[in-house]
Amino acid sequence: MFAADFEYYRAGSVAEAGQLLAAHPGAKLLAGGHSLIPLLKLRLAAPAAVIDIGRIAELRGISTDGDGLRIGALATHAEIAASDAVREHAAALAEAAGQIGDPAVRNRGTIGGNVAHADPASDLPTVLAALGATVTVAGSGGERSIAVGDFFTGVMTTSLGENDLLTSIRVPSAAGRGTAYVKFSHPASRYAVIGVAVSLGIGTKGGGWISKIKGEQKETVCTEAAVAVGGLVPTPVRCGAVEAALNDQPPTAETFAAAAAAASGDIGDDLLGDVFASGEYRKAVAPVYVRRAIEAAAGRAG
Amino acid sequence: MKVPVRITVNGRLIEREVEPRLLLVHFLRVFAELTGTKVGCDTSQCGSCTVLIDGVSAKSCTTLAVQADGADVTTIEGLADGEKLHALQESFWNKHGLQCGFCTPGMILASHELLRTNASPSDDEIRHGLEGNICRCTGYQNIVRAVRDAAGTVAAADK
Ligand SMILES: Cc1cc2nc3c(=O)[nH]c(=O)nc-3n(C[C@H](O)[C@H](O)[C@H](O)COP(=O)(O)OP(=O)(O)OC[C@H]3O[C@@H](n4cnc5c(N)ncnc54)[C@H](O)[C@@H]3O)c2cc1C
Ligand code: FES
Ligand code: FES
Repeated sequence: MFAADFEYYRAGSVAEAGQLLAAHPGAKLLAGGHSLIPLLKLRLAAPAAVIDIGRIAELRGISTDGDGLRIGALATHAEIAASDAVREHAAALAEAAGQIGDPAVRNRGTIGGNVAHADPASDLPTVLAALGATVTVAGSGGERSIAVGDFFTGVMTTSLGENDLLTSIRVPSAAGRGTAYVKFSHPASRYAVIGVAVSLGIGTKGGGWISKIKGEQKETVCTEAAVAVGGLVPTPVRCGAVEAALNDQPPTAETFAAAAAAASGDIGDDLLGDVFASGEYRKAVAPVYVRRAIEAAAGRAG
Repeated sequence: MKVPVRITVNGRLIEREVEPRLLLVHFLRVFAELTGTKVGCDTSQCGSCTVLIDGVSAKSCTTLAVQADGADVTTIEGLADGEKLHALQESFWNKHGLQCGFCTPGMILASHELLRTNASPSDDEIRHGLEGNICRCTGYQNIVRAVRDAAGTVAAADK
C-alpha cells in the first residue's frame, strides 16, 4: 500500500515545527508514525504536507521535576516501560506502556503521538486520566498547560489546535500510593477493549483523642482513590462513584467488589463496540477489570 | 517532491532521492536489492518486515525511508558473519523453527531484539517477545525452542 504523495519537512526544533505548521495549513505532524503511517497507507488521511518532529532533541527524555515526572512528547513506549523514574512515581504508566502492541511498536511509538491521536482503544490516556496528568502544548500564542480531563474531547479528537504541538506531559508523583493498569487486550490488535487505571493510598482513620474518648479503634482505610476506565468509551472516564466507594473504607475484598460494581453508573451509555466485543458486553465485564485493577493497586500501596 | 536519503544497510551506504511516502521496506527491497525482508500484512500486524534500525527492532512497513535517513539498518542478510551463520539462524535451522520461511527473517530479527533486552528469557517471555510476529506454518513451538536454544548458545559464547 502506498500513501498519497505528500511534501515532507523535518523540523529541527519546536520553534521550527511551529513555523512549518503555520506555513503549511492542514499539515500533519509525524512522531513515531505508528498511528499516522497506517492511516496514510489506507488513505484515511492524505495531508498535503507531513512535518517530521521525530528528531527534535528538546522533545525527548524523561526526568523527575519537583513532585513528579516530566515526560517528553517523543519518549517511546519502550523507554517509558523501562524507566526507573516512571516505575517509582507512576508504576501504572510503565505497566501500560509495556503492554502496548508489541516490542517493535513500542520501540517507535511515542507518548505524545499516542495522546495526540486520542484513539479510544489506546492505553496511555486512561492511565494519565487516573494519575491527574497535565499536557504541555506549544502553540502560536506560546506555551500552555491542559489538564488531561479537559484534553480529550471525543473519539480521536482533542483540544489541540491546528498549530499546536504537544511538547511534554507532567505526571504528579504517586509514590507511596499503589498504581496499576489492567487491560483486556484485543486478541489480534492488542489495543485495549477495556483498560482500567487505578491509583490508591492506604492510610489510617481515627486514633486521635476524640476517637479515644469515643472508644473508637484506629482503622486502616483506602485514601485518595483515583479510577479511570477507557477502551469502551469515547474518552477516558473518571469513576467518581467507584472512588467514593473506596475512600475511607477498609481495603477488603468486600470493599473492592462493591466499589467495582459502581463502575457501570460511571461508564454511562455512550459505549463503543466492534464485531469482537459489543459495547454492552464491554460494559458488563468492565467491573471485573475495575476490581482487578483496584486489587493490584492496593497490593502495591503503602 | 523528492528528498535525499542516506541509509547504511548491513554496512553498505545507499543514497537515493526518494518520494517521502516511500516505505523503508521498499527502500530495502528495491534500492538495496535485499529481498529477505518480507511484506506480509502491510498493516503493521505480522512482523515479517521487521528489521533493526540502529540496532533496535522496527516494522519497516510502518516506517518511512526518510525516518531512517542517516541510520544503520540491519536486515536478515546482514546477520551472518560471512559464511558463519548467526546463533539465531543456526538455532532456527537446527530446531526446525520454520516451514515455508516467509515469517522467518522477521522472526529472527524480533528474536534478536528479545535477546538484546533479555539475555535469558523464559518460554513465556519468548512468546511475549514475539507477540508482533505471526507465523502461519509452525504453530510456534519450534520457534520458541529455537530462540531458547539460541539464548543458550549466546550465553555460552559470552562466558
Ligand atoms: C500494530 C500496532 C499495535 C498497537 N497497539 C496499541 C496498543 O495496544 N495500545 C495503544 O495505546 N496503542 C497501540 N498502538 C498505537 C501506538 O501506541 C502509536 O505509537 C501511538 O498511538 C502513536 O504514536 P506515534 O509516535 O507513532 O505517533 P504518530 O503516528 O507519528 O502520530 C499520531 C498522531 O498524533 C499527532 N502527533 C504526534 N506527535 C504529536 C505531538 N507531539 N504534538 C501534536 N500532535 C502530535 C500526529 O500528527 C498524528 O495525527 C499500536 C500501533 C500499531 C501499529
Ligand atoms: S508487513 Fe509489516 S507488519 Fe506485516
Ligand atoms: S514458517 Fe511459514 S509463516 Fe512461519
